[in-house]
Amino acid sequence: MIQVQNLTKRYGDHTAIEDVTFNVEKGEVLAFLGPNGAGKTTTMRILTGFMPATSGTATIAGHDIFDEPYEVKKRIGYLPESPPLYTEMTVTEYLRFIAKIKGIERKQRAQALTRALERCVLTEVRGRLIGNLSRGYRQRVGLAQALIHDPEVLILDEPTTGLDPKQIIEMRQVIKELAGRHTVILSTHILPEATAVCQRVIIIHEGRIVAVDTPDQLSAQLRQSEKIHLTLKTPQPETADVLKAVPGVLSVFHEPSSDGQVFIVECELGRDLRTELASQAVHHRWGLLELRAVTLSLEDVFLKLTQEEAPEITA
Amino acid sequence: MRSAFAIMEKELRVYFTSPIAYVVTAVFVLITGYLFYSIVLFASSQSLQMMRVQGALPQINLNDLIFRPTFHNMAVILMLTLPLLTMRLLAEEKKIKTIELLLTSPVSLIAIIMGKYLAAMAVFTIMLLFTAYMPLLMGTYGSIQWMPILTGYFGVWLLGGVFIAVGLFASALTENQIIASFVGFGIVLILWLIGWIAQGMSDSPLGPMLAYLSIGEHTENFIKGLTDTQDLVYQASLIVVGLFLTHRVLESQRWK
Repeated sequence: MIQVQNLTKRYGDHTAIEDVTFNVEKGEVLAFLGPNGAGKTTTMRILTGFMPATSGTATIAGHDIFDEPYEVKKRIGYLPESPPLYTEMTVTEYLRFIAKIKGIERKQRAQALTRALERCVLTEVRGRLIGNLSRGYRQRVGLAQALIHDPEVLILDEPTTGLDPKQIIEMRQVIKELAGRHTVILSTHILPEATAVCQRVIIIHEGRIVAVDTPDQLSAQLRQSEKIHLTLKTPQPETADVLKAVPGVLSVFHEPSSDGQVFIVECELGRDLRTELASQAVHHRWGLLELRAVTLSLEDVFLKLTQEEAPEITA
Repeated sequence: MRSAFAIMEKELRVYFTSPIAYVVTAVFVLITGYLFYSIVLFASSQSLQMMRVQGALPQINLNDLIFRPTFHNMAVILMLTLPLLTMRLLAEEKKIKTIELLLTSPVSLIAIIMGKYLAAMAVFTIMLLFTAYMPLLMGTYGSIQWMPILTGYFGVWLLGGVFIAVGLFASALTENQIIASFVGFGIVLILWLIGWIAQGMSDSPLGPMLAYLSIGEHTENFIKGLTDTQDLVYQASLIVVGLFLTHRVLESQRWK
């Protein structure tokens, strides 16, 4: 459905995205995951035809975004980061205007409007001014705008930012219902969100794709070992070696922190070495402050992948 | 074309749901009305005086005595008020980021610009129609020639068309409405002032050249009741240039 090839965007010296390549299958929900400023919005803006790329190509539903922008724009619904709303219009007026500029035929407009209102649960507030609606409703009006013309592709830029927890759950539910019928790309920096709604995740960092996989696979990748987090107040120079000598320990990472020294102890899969490590710490009087098993989640994958290239921070 | 109408309809809706169209129209009608009133007062006192001197009903030309200064007044007031009508057209879309919506919809940039231009023109035309009581009043109680007045209106309408095209361009430059209105006003004022500079340089070859560039020069004939193709071409090309530059500015902003 969507093919992106070597997409690059530069603003003067600054490279926003570099060599971004990926495919999205029909009916798939794909998440762009990355810290703020990673290039998620830039990629989306290029795909929607809002701005041109410096180099690279992209096709959506068989149409090149640079050669046939109109064909592409007809097939895309786009919800930017801040929903593009005219606050002085009522919900119905606004959606009617959108229906017109999206090129929906006159006869089908009323039907498209009703359907969009229903799908985004907006029927109750249809007559109210958008300016008087709460943040959650505004976001839904933004979504209604994106899907009123029943596009094949939906591009949602951080669809849940600024919503309260209840609204986030509702928004995710709406997005889940869109899967299958529409191909969805959404961006987020909230990890559970990607796990909750997406079949595939693209992790993007500093303009480059660092990983593409399903959320489960990405977690599994890192699940080659168990990790234990250890904070010690007064470790000795030989602490790392002593820890490494404990049977089952694969490696020890050591980093200073504000209230002591942190040791991340990597152990063999399926072994819980917490009691051994605790007794070692007590025995050597290292001043044990904290000891816990590190649970692996998408968050770790994400941090691992996005911090590798970041400069080391030393206190 | 259909999408241009959709944009125009939306702009008109905004104009008339917010106070802006009403305020601008009211101020325009009020000031032109007051000035018209004082001109008529002056003209009637003058004709009374002439009657006393000549002892007979004087042959005065109402077109020259009343409508020429009235059209001039309208032109100056439009220069001050039309930038207020155009300032939000694009600046606001950029500020609240709805420009992203328009540019990712299957709508061409030309349709967006034309829709907005036509909406402002429609409001301006309504403003101008509100002054129709002036010739109607004069025609009822005096004798006027209608053709020169219609030509004068056409000239003022074209002039407003230029102001709106310039204002739209200024609105494309920034996302701040106040800056947009002031830049629009500034450009129009410069186009006007060129005429004054030209008058001061009437003995140099640059004088006539500058005079040709001045917008006042090309409105004068219409106000006198004359239609000259040269003036028509000048005004029309200014409108086209204004809209073209608007297009270029919006297009270049996409690349940034």
